[in-house]
Amino acid sequence: MIVFEFLLNALAIGITFLYGSMGETITEKAGHLNLGIPGIMSVGSACGCAVLNVLCRDGCPVHPVLIVILALLATLAGGALMGLLYSFLAVSLRSNQNVTGLAMTIFGVGLAKFIFAKLEVDGVFYTRSTKYFRFPFANTTSSLQYIGILVFLGIALAIVSSVVLSRTRVGLHLRAVGESPATADAAGINVTKYKYIATIIGSAIAALGGLFYIVDFQGSQEAYLTVEAMGWLSVALVIFSTWRPYVSIFGSFVFGVLYILGSYLPSFGLKVDMATSNLIKTLPYVVTIIVLIITSIRNRPENQPPASLGVSYFREDR
Amino acid sequence: MTDPAEKTRDLTENANRPYALELKGVSKAFGSIQANYKVDLQLKHGEILALLGENGSGKTTLMNMVAGIYFPDEGQIFVDGEEVVIGSPRDAYKYKIGMIHQHFKLVDLFSAAENVVLGVNDGSRYSIKEVNERVRQIADRYGFNINPKDKIHEMSVSQKQTVEILKVLYRGAEILILDEPTAVLTPQETEVLFSVLRQMKADGKSIVIITHKLHEVLAISDRVAVLRKGEHIATVNTAESTESSLTEMMVGKKVSLNIDRTEPHDTAERLVVKGLSGHNPEGLKVLDDVSFTAFGGEILGIAGIAGSGQRELLEAVAGIYSPDEGEITYIEPKNGDRVNLRKKTPLQIRELGVRLSFVPEDRLGMGLVGSMDITDNVMLRSYRSGRTILLNRNDPKKLAEDIVRDLEVATPNLRTPVRRLSGGNVQKVLVGREIASAPSVLMAAYPVRGLDINSSYAIYNLLNDQKERGVAVIFVGEDLDVLIELCDRILVINSGRVTGIVDARTTDKETVGFLMTKSDDRPKSDERGGNS
Amino acid sequence: MSSYNVIKHEVSKEPLIHITKNSAMPFWKSFLIRAAAVAIAFLLCSILSYLMIGANPLEFLKTFWDGNFGINAAASKIVIWKLAKDTAVLLCIALAITPAFRMKFWNIGAEGQVLIGALAAVAVVYYSGDKFPDWLLFLFMLLAAVAAGIVWAVIPAIFKAIWNSNETLFTLMMNYAATYFVAFCLVKWTPDGSSTLGELKRGHLPSIGHPYLLLILTVLLITGLLFVYLYYSKQGYEISVVGESQRTAKYIGINVKKVIIRTMTLSGALCGLTGFMIVAALDHSVTTTTVGGRGFTAIIVSWMAKFNPLVMIGVAFLIVFLNQGANRLATNFRVGKAFPDLVVGVIIFFVIGCEFFIRYKVHIRRKAPAAASVSGNVAEGISESGEGSGGGGGDGSGVVEASGEARSDEAVNETVNDTEKEGNAK
Repeated sequence: MIVFEFLLNALAIGITFLYGSMGETITEKAGHLNLGIPGIMSVGSACGCAVLNVLCRDGCPVHPVLIVILALLATLAGGALMGLLYSFLAVSLRSNQNVTGLAMTIFGVGLAKFIFAKLEVDGVFYTRSTKYFRFPFANTTSSLQYIGILVFLGIALAIVSSVVLSRTRVGLHLRAVGESPATADAAGINVTKYKYIATIIGSAIAALGGLFYIVDFQGSQEAYLTVEAMGWLSVALVIFSTWRPYVSIFGSFVFGVLYILGSYLPSFGLKVDMATSNLIKTLPYVVTIIVLIITSIRNRPENQPPASLGVSYFREDR
Repeated sequence: MTDPAEKTRDLTENANRPYALELKGVSKAFGSIQANYKVDLQLKHGEILALLGENGSGKTTLMNMVAGIYFPDEGQIFVDGEEVVIGSPRDAYKYKIGMIHQHFKLVDLFSAAENVVLGVNDGSRYSIKEVNERVRQIADRYGFNINPKDKIHEMSVSQKQTVEILKVLYRGAEILILDEPTAVLTPQETEVLFSVLRQMKADGKSIVIITHKLHEVLAISDRVAVLRKGEHIATVNTAESTESSLTEMMVGKKVSLNIDRTEPHDTAERLVVKGLSGHNPEGLKVLDDVSFTAFGGEILGIAGIAGSGQRELLEAVAGIYSPDEGEITYIEPKNGDRVNLRKKTPLQIRELGVRLSFVPEDRLGMGLVGSMDITDNVMLRSYRSGRTILLNRNDPKKLAEDIVRDLEVATPNLRTPVRRLSGGNVQKVLVGREIASAPSVLMAAYPVRGLDINSSYAIYNLLNDQKERGVAVIFVGEDLDVLIELCDRILVINSGRVTGIVDARTTDKETVGFLMTKSDDRPKSDERGGNS
Repeated sequence: MSSYNVIKHEVSKEPLIHITKNSAMPFWKSFLIRAAAVAIAFLLCSILSYLMIGANPLEFLKTFWDGNFGINAAASKIVIWKLAKDTAVLLCIALAITPAFRMKFWNIGAEGQVLIGALAAVAVVYYSGDKFPDWLLFLFMLLAAVAAGIVWAVIPAIFKAIWNSNETLFTLMMNYAATYFVAFCLVKWTPDGSSTLGELKRGHLPSIGHPYLLLILTVLLITGLLFVYLYYSKQGYEISVVGESQRTAKYIGINVKKVIIRTMTLSGALCGLTGFMIVAALDHSVTTTTVGGRGFTAIIVSWMAKFNPLVMIGVAFLIVFLNQGANRLATNFRVGKAFPDLVVGVIIFFVIGCEFFIRYKVHIRRKAPAAASVSGNVAEGISESGEGSGGGGGDGSGVVEASGEARSDEAVNETVNDTEKEGNAK
């Protein structure tokens, strides 16, 4: 039974990384390394929580479905706005992507903490809504209660984005923009538009990961302090899943397992101390580094980052 | 393919139809350089027209205007008798015109079919299966040997070219323009391409093939339009032309440039290259058994169509490109020691005390660092001198001052990044640096490309000056007039092979032009020779 | 063929805004643009803080001043020293990553490299006990920190040099490996399981006049040395060449792989040194947040200074100044500790955004060219001749850079650039 709970828990925490990495993958497919993902996840979750705080101030009088939907919309909007800011700087103004992304993270994490501090002052009401996100298993006592609607949505979105990327014209054009913007431009594809839209949609999706983590998975008011770390793990997952959303469904589970393994080992009858469990937490990063090394040594183009990743496109550079 | 009766009908039909494409008085200038001047050109339905001309004669620019890359300064373009305005490649496709450029625009990671369909939005639902099927159909129809599912990065150059052609056909082009399609192909691949072109012609397509290879013109085209220095010289029926008649039209009458040339004196072997062969990263043979000797006190010209192996040859000597086989030997002028340069890095070559200077083709990408100032660029060769940790900028600064003064480099000051200088001044800095180290071999690739007349003569004088000092100068050029007036001997390279070494004083443009363009399958040894 | 139907089709329109690369901008002009960007951002921050926390602009400025220079003599002494110390630490990390950045090696692993250096220094003290005299202990701490920093930096460099692994992602991952490794060691070293090491008993660098002075002087010394190294040494010169063009580097016989690994060794060593100083001169301990994001901020500092160590002093000072001022604002108005990050974030966005107006020229089309005009590609007059300035952030307003000459876009190819009039840019 404990194994079942462990696996479900791993699946659930993995969903945080899944959202984040899906968003980052979509952005990177357009050739933009967005290191602002931790900041975007923070801001998005802050927006969602702010809305929940208002809605649940007096014991959540609104219909639960509406509460969930409004929270999701606020989160998406917060992420999208951050994506817009990034796009304006990195696409239109062609600023250095690394620097812009890091600034987004500094700013975003700061903004989120600012908002959460305000929410704390007013009273933390957003955690009251946790049960609504656990639909349909909210009232069960089994381990299944960790699995809520956002888990299914995340997996569904990963499948959808995989299909869009690999099977549709839009996906083809987006991949072309990330691989070779000059070729895409010559073929009549509006490179700027694709970069903007991919970054904005990607940021919005990533933001859902932050909301899921705080409200659903942790359901606690301190959770916002660790969203940034979840964001960096999401960036790692992109590399681990070699820029494929459907692989990241599996990858997010692996990351989830590695992430919580340390705290579950004692329950499995293995004697581990706190120290070792910290060491186990380096595993997702170490595994990612190994994947990065292996893919660069094998040098198969399919497993490489999009070819123009990190490079601003300026038509007249040709 | 078509029965005679149908053919006759086609012919009569075509005779009554207006031209598939017609240009009238089309001109285009880039700054002060006139790329095309009042060009008239007609392309008939169902014919293959060869557009012939030397490097820089304006062939590609002219066709880029038809393909929507450039917009003409003046003149009219007619498609099927109707005047059209082509402002973008999209417009060109609207008139069923497609151009296959020399530099492929393909996404390496995509399959052939994905590349073909990229950017096409015909409103239908996107299904890669259907695209694969359609691409396969087109391929079968014209005899392309290609699998739509293959990835570009796994393909040979000729397959990539096929994908470019498929791209154009998929968009329904009736007029195809191919810019030097055979430059990257092996003779066998060229044959396959030609049979495809004939197939397309039989299918009613009209084709323009830009080239400067005469035998290919004769082999494939119905008519030949010749451009020289941006102007249309004549359009003739291929059947009535010979290689020599075409060469004459292409190179024109000799123009006297009045470049000073002195007799070589005290010539001695300085650089001996034997049996040099090598491939490019695509696996195509770029150097094929190249042998020659460069002597001190003379200028050895290297003539050839662009991309015939000149760059690899010079880079092999300089230690940047590593050839598959052959010998490169340097003879020290002081004591006659023979030094092997093959399999040495540029640094090792310098450490051996070989005074070899190289002015590369790509000035700002290879020869200089654009963002650095003149002093720092002058220092590139010499910065290692001395055992100190710190740089010595005093001597380079003096040298930079000398170069700016002696070569009349127009620059605000020595701190100006070279990227901001004009092309002529950039080149003066580069050449100035390379001759400053008192070389005994000086190699210069296209040193006057893009330069105005005055800067060009300044460079010629510098090269002549080096020759006077006993340096073995190797000059890669594209203008035959210049090569013939400046050099003492001219080595002609054609598809990586030496097709002749001629005495520049006695040769003429036709001879050199012929050696540059003649077909590969002729015996190559009999023209070898030289004046020494 | 005597009569042609002349039909004019619609041509693709010239875009409304046309952007070209700016080849030359005098230093004072680019400096003005950057200064204006900071000023506008600062103004925006003061407006924002008025809206969010009700501090009027005067109060805003005054609080910023107080936060950095103190309200009275006693307070000044403390905050000014703190300002100098924080500047020194941030500057030192920025300096450490600069050699790699000048080589266009995107080392964003300073966070981890400094942290692992700090950990190594602490480990020496922890395990050595009282075995060594002070001077030897310092030496071992320093060596251990530098070695650890080098290890953390050189691993990605080797893979970059040989297999061209993506260094940005690699160094990013190394940061977190370092963080959890520190967490691991902390648990090991604290028998009570608190993970709080507490102040080390030994390994405190001596105070010369002021506890921070030694650190500040050391960082200034490093700044000077690094400046000389980057601009006046042969190795620094090689770094610049490799960063600008690997082809040129090969042409003149520079071993690119060697330079990459050598430079990252230096970067890692400096990061380790910073870690050592944080431990020995300031914290006398280590936690997972010892570096606290400064490794990332330093990247922005280095980039904003255009990788020039001397300019970096000013940029690091600016960032710390803003942080302290905003911190004071946050304390005075009780808006939480995150407020400084917001202010710094906004300023950075503006500085990042304003670079665009230094690197590019914006041409705005005056009017649409006639459909079949022969001058299809001929450029456009310029509507304004205003000074290009600021205008970054999120508002989307672009300020037009002055340019009198008409340019043709597609037509600008090599040949044009080669004509004499184009060059000689003054």
